[in-house]
Amino acid sequence: MAEHFKPETPDQVKDAMAWAIAEEIPLEVIGGGSKRSLGRPSNAETVLELSALKGITLYEAEELVLSAGPGTLLSEIEATLAESRQQLAFEPPDYGPLLGGPAQAGTLGGMIACNLSGPRRIQAGAARDHFLGFGAVSGRGEAFKSGGRVVKNVTGYDLSKLLCGSWGTLGAMTDLTVKVLPVAEKTWTVLVLGLDLETAGQAMTAALKSPYEVSGAASLPEKLAAMSKTSYVAEAAGGVTAIRIEGPGPSVEYRVAALRKQLSAFGETEELHSHNSREFWRELRDVLPFAAADDRRCVWKISVAPTAGPTLAGRLTESLGGDAFLDWGGGLVWLAVDAPRDGAADTVRGAVDAVGGHATLIRAPEPVRAAVPVFHPSAAGVAALSKRVKENFDPRGLLNPGRMYAEF
Amino acid sequence: MKMPEPDRDIIARRLEIAAALRAIVPGEGVIVEENELRPYESDGLTAYRQLPMIVVLPETTQQVSEVLRYCHENGVKVVPRGAGTSLSGGALPLEDGILLGMAKFNRILDVDFDNRCAVVQPGVTNLAISTAVSDDDFYYAPDPSSQIACTIGGNIAENSGGVHCLKYGLTTNNVLGLELVLIDGEVIRIGGPHLDAEGYDLLGVLTGSEGLLGVVTEVTVRLLRKPETARAVLVGFPTSEDAGACVAGVIGAGIIPGGMEMMDRPAIHAAEDFVHAGYPLDVEALLIVELDGPETEVDYLIGRVEEIAKANKAVTVRVSQDEDERTRFWAGRKAAFPAVGRISPDYYCMDGTIPRGKLPIVLTRMNELSRKYGLRVANVFHAGDGNLHPLILYDANEPGELEKAEDFGSDILRLCVEVGGVLTGEHGVGVEKRDLMPAMFSEDDLKQQQRVKCAFDPDNLLNPGKVFPTLHRCAELGRMHIHGGQLPFPDIPRF
Repeated sequence: MAEHFKPETPDQVKDAMAWAIAEEIPLEVIGGGSKRSLGRPSNAETVLELSALKGITLYEAEELVLSAGPGTLLSEIEATLAESRQQLAFEPPDYGPLLGGPAQAGTLGGMIACNLSGPRRIQAGAARDHFLGFGAVSGRGEAFKSGGRVVKNVTGYDLSKLLCGSWGTLGAMTDLTVKVLPVAEKTWTVLVLGLDLETAGQAMTAALKSPYEVSGAASLPEKLAAMSKTSYVAEAAGGVTAIRIEGPGPSVEYRVAALRKQLSAFGETEELHSHNSREFWRELRDVLPFAAADDRRCVWKISVAPTAGPTLAGRLTESLGGDAFLDWGGGLVWLAVDAPRDGAADTVRGAVDAVGGHATLIRAPEPVRAAVPVFHPSAAGVAALSKRVKENFDPRGLLNPGRMYAEF
Repeated sequence: MKMPEPDRDIIARRLEIAAALRAIVPGEGVIVEENELRPYESDGLTAYRQLPMIVVLPETTQQVSEVLRYCHENGVKVVPRGAGTSLSGGALPLEDGILLGMAKFNRILDVDFDNRCAVVQPGVTNLAISTAVSDDDFYYAPDPSSQIACTIGGNIAENSGGVHCLKYGLTTNNVLGLELVLIDGEVIRIGGPHLDAEGYDLLGVLTGSEGLLGVVTEVTVRLLRKPETARAVLVGFPTSEDAGACVAGVIGAGIIPGGMEMMDRPAIHAAEDFVHAGYPLDVEALLIVELDGPETEVDYLIGRVEEIAKANKAVTVRVSQDEDERTRFWAGRKAAFPAVGRISPDYYCMDGTIPRGKLPIVLTRMNELSRKYGLRVANVFHAGDGNLHPLILYDANEPGELEKAEDFGSDILRLCVEVGGVLTGEHGVGVEKRDLMPAMFSEDDLKQQQRVKCAFDPDNLLNPGKVFPTLHRCAELGRMHIHGGQLPFPDIPRF
């Protein structure tokens, strides 16, 4: 039977890696394993589980910094931050329910390794923008670190960026440091009702070009809006376009009023206050419109220029059937299609390549994820460079081989 | 500062190399005359000088590609240069290398307000981007103090910051895409107007790579809508501890100001004497806190900052009443370096970052060092993010003083690392802090960084002698030392 290691110290991670190198045994590196069905299926049978490297080791609210082991539950970190009215500003999503698993099972290490960010991505940046430093063990069996615990640091290459979004293929992280930020006093949302995709795109663009500091801009068609637990959204009887405004109380009130006035040119407006806003944006963040228990369709996450999103979403749902909604001001298209054989990958990628961007197959049966590239194939030069980077961290190809690309 | 041993064979082939480069970049784009090479011998770190072997000023990506391919095939080293404003010697030339000046890449190619981004060539200055979109009420957020001269290509190389980066991020948080030429001449594109390029975050590791990984030929930057208004509060404190506590109080209250700068007594006096900004002279520390956003928000937050300041023993609190006054508050801070330049024949600007709470201990120890070296020091400080700029005052004409200033600076940076900080917050390692890297990184840390370079530039031709204290050949870095294999390690829990 294949081994399953669960080291409790960074030294034990190093030992396990040294053994894997000597025996030439590839490792499937996981945190808590909540995203195992996301990405290309691993080629490794032996598991290196980092969930025992857990716990917050440093949290200084006034310095805006937190360090923790990779296995620390995100829910624990968020609860700790909430006590000081702080948060991870990139709004890490919980894809548990979307992937058919439990909610709140994700770890800090997993979230950083996958570089996942929610609706606030457009304003606050991605996970990678908040990842300050780490310690890790490379596929060479060497412990190495990069970055630090201060937000402003240009000392040496920024390897944090490389590790973030590398899906465990460059190193097994043993500690991580992230930047944290205050929670806004107030979170309100302006809803514009009854817009078609194209008009919704124009309304979101207008809001994002305004001086009102929008922290989320999304649009749901009527069918998906009807699934919302927020009654204003569910009962809108039409598409719902949502613009989130956060900040100090008086500022939010002013900006929401100003924005409603500006956006009334597009359609009828409504507003959600803090409680409803939080619920609604959590639904979007976690892609709950596609997370119903009986929804087994393939789900794509497509990143394009914001103005390209509405047309792309319209074209793809027209040709493939299925449903789509927009986040990131139109720049993020969530698409669910009933295509169990290949996820309609050629059609989706062809349409994305025509406008520039990338499409990730977030949910699909395992055989599809093994046969179809889960991550958007890079141009030849970039792919070759990425392969050389991988070889310089993990020359024997022992860390999560095949997890990102079949070739490495 | 020891640079890599020059290759005499390459230097002997200088004219042949120049002729080959002229075939790629015609006309005046290849410079070999000593008097014309002279302006390129140094960058913003003027203590170091070296005439380049040849200067090449390409105008197209195709030319950059052909120049690099030629250099790669002929083993010629390449030092890329933007405007030459580096404060860490990032663009210091090599005796046996060409200096690749990117100044002719000076066009803004596209501005896309609907997608809130602009595509520019790397030689465009930082400020020119903001100026180009200013009439439409947009701007490019990172604003290093050299923004009038420094180029966006150089900003990418150094991951430049500025006074607004606590709220708006550094260069790395504001760049969306790049066109890049690798040392073998291959042109690749990463990112674009969409977010989060597929695969490894090559854009992230290229930003701040100090010209060691490739040559940028096009940049897509994020544009932000200008805030409706901005106001600043000037706050004076009897001690720097009080000022530090106020900064912590502001952030602890959930307020992230657009800018939050601190100056110590010597810096306050130098700046006030120079620009008459109206700074109080009877305080030990001065804070400038700028709030930006809608007027309602700014008024509300200014009120809260005033309360926090008073609770932290502020002795003067002044809120800017109009744009003129706000500009005046900043004028002193922005002129702090030249102001210090007036009270000393020379000054040496440091750039460490510390966990903010360590400020009092760092200032105390810095004063002790100041006495030990017999050199004065003035401090300006990006207080929000812990980035210190101690300015060491010295006289280069006094024998031994430059060396003393450099030793003092090194001690300050070691102190920053000792308290949990880093060697450089925004100026880069370059040649200046190269040999201090082991104070922060282990041999294995540095080797792993150099292996990233091997993936981009296996022959070590791009800007060698910068960032890394020891040059290792990639073949040596690639070697695996296998030990162990004697598992089962009994102490690792398994299932």
